[in-house]
Amino acid sequence: MTSGVLLGYCGAVLVGLGLFGLVTNPEILRKILAFNVLGNGVFLLFGVIARRGAAAGLGADPVPQALVITGIVVAFSATAMAVGLLVRLNKVSGQTIMTSDDPTNSGK
Amino acid sequence: MTYDLAFDISLAGLLLAIALWTIVARAIFPAIVLFMVYGLLLGIVWVRLSAVDVALTEAAIGGGVTSMLLLGAAARLQGKNVASEQLGLPGRLAAALLCIFVTAGLAYAVFLRPEVAATLAPMAKENLAESGLGNPVAGVLFVYRALDTLLEKVVLLLALVGVWSLAKDEMWGGIPGLRVYAQPSGILVYLAQVLPPIGIMVGIYMFWAGANYPGGAFQGGTVLAAMWLLVMMARLQDVPATSAPWVRLCLVVGPVAFLAIGLSGFVFAGSFLGYPEGHAKPLIIIAEATLTLSIGVTLALLVAGPPERMPQR
Repeated sequence: MTSGVLLGYCGAVLVGLGLFGLVTNPEILRKILAFNVLGNGVFLLFGVIARRGAAAGLGADPVPQALVITGIVVAFSATAMAVGLLVRLNKVSGQTIMTSDDPTNSGK
Repeated sequence: MTYDLAFDISLAGLLLAIALWTIVARAIFPAIVLFMVYGLLLGIVWVRLSAVDVALTEAAIGGGVTSMLLLGAAARLQGKNVASEQLGLPGRLAAALLCIFVTAGLAYAVFLRPEVAATLAPMAKENLAESGLGNPVAGVLFVYRALDTLLEKVVLLLALVGVWSLAKDEMWGGIPGLRVYAQPSGILVYLAQVLPPIGIMVGIYMFWAGANYPGGAFQGGTVLAAMWLLVMMARLQDVPATSAPWVRLCLVVGPVAFLAIGLSGFVFAGSFLGYPEGHAKPLIIIAEATLTLSIGVTLALLVAGPPERMPQR
């Protein structure tokens, strides 16, 4: 087993962990955190693909690397927007968790 | 080779343990602090994958700015948690099963390595000389995928407009509600005086070196943003109103310069975002320099949040 494959498995586990947190934790801020872990896992899988594409004297294929950098920036933008929405939601309704109730009668 | 593998196994083990902890930790504060550590470890993982550019971005964004944003939100929401409604055990088990299934599928995809790995590395390397850059990742970001890079900056700006628009109508253009902790003799003030000169140098160096070595506008801009936030949080400088002309100018100068260079490509190189022969490098450096400034200001204002009070006249 080479280290590239090992870190690929690591990425797969991160996706699972992030998904678990996203599904099970009702706190919205924790969901945002879990979403970031999930995203990191996906990026890491990209990293393994880049590492496999090592050629022409480069340690890794630069194209997936550039895509991941763009992806990290966009994921950060989405996180900032989500956090902004959460803080606003909290101001308006006092909520910080997601309930399974109908949204119209929750937050009472 | 065995040492390498032993290192990677410990690194992966530590990373996954911390990731698990951030997901299952009871309180939000330790979860975010662990996430910060996790971001830095993930940076090391990227170094192990020979992707140093990504490692710098991950450490700066994942370990730094994202955690700071989340900590700020956690502080604002503190004590406002209603008794949380936990998912029942059957629900959690079902979710765990689903996640194990997804992980197993992805792991199998990693395990099935292709006979011939797909790669664009030779093509990227071949055409790198024409751009005058030495860093292949910067080459991809600013030459072949320049449109992605341009749109990514626009996404950052759109996110900022989105965050600002969450403020009350009458607060539009006001001062962001960044929490400041001004204690005149505190360690924060000391750090905010000592670190910025070094940090600003590092940020500019990262952008400048990014043409030939790992680094670039985004990583450099993040360091600049961190320095500015540090100074504002220690109240050595006031948080500016979002309507201040210099703030608006700094926000748009990078994307506008990049777009102008892109449009001039129609005239001088025959295509959008094309660079005229022999002038590619200076144009890319101009775009990167202005983008570094814009990214720094945008990131800092994204962390600072929506405007909450009006400047006193």
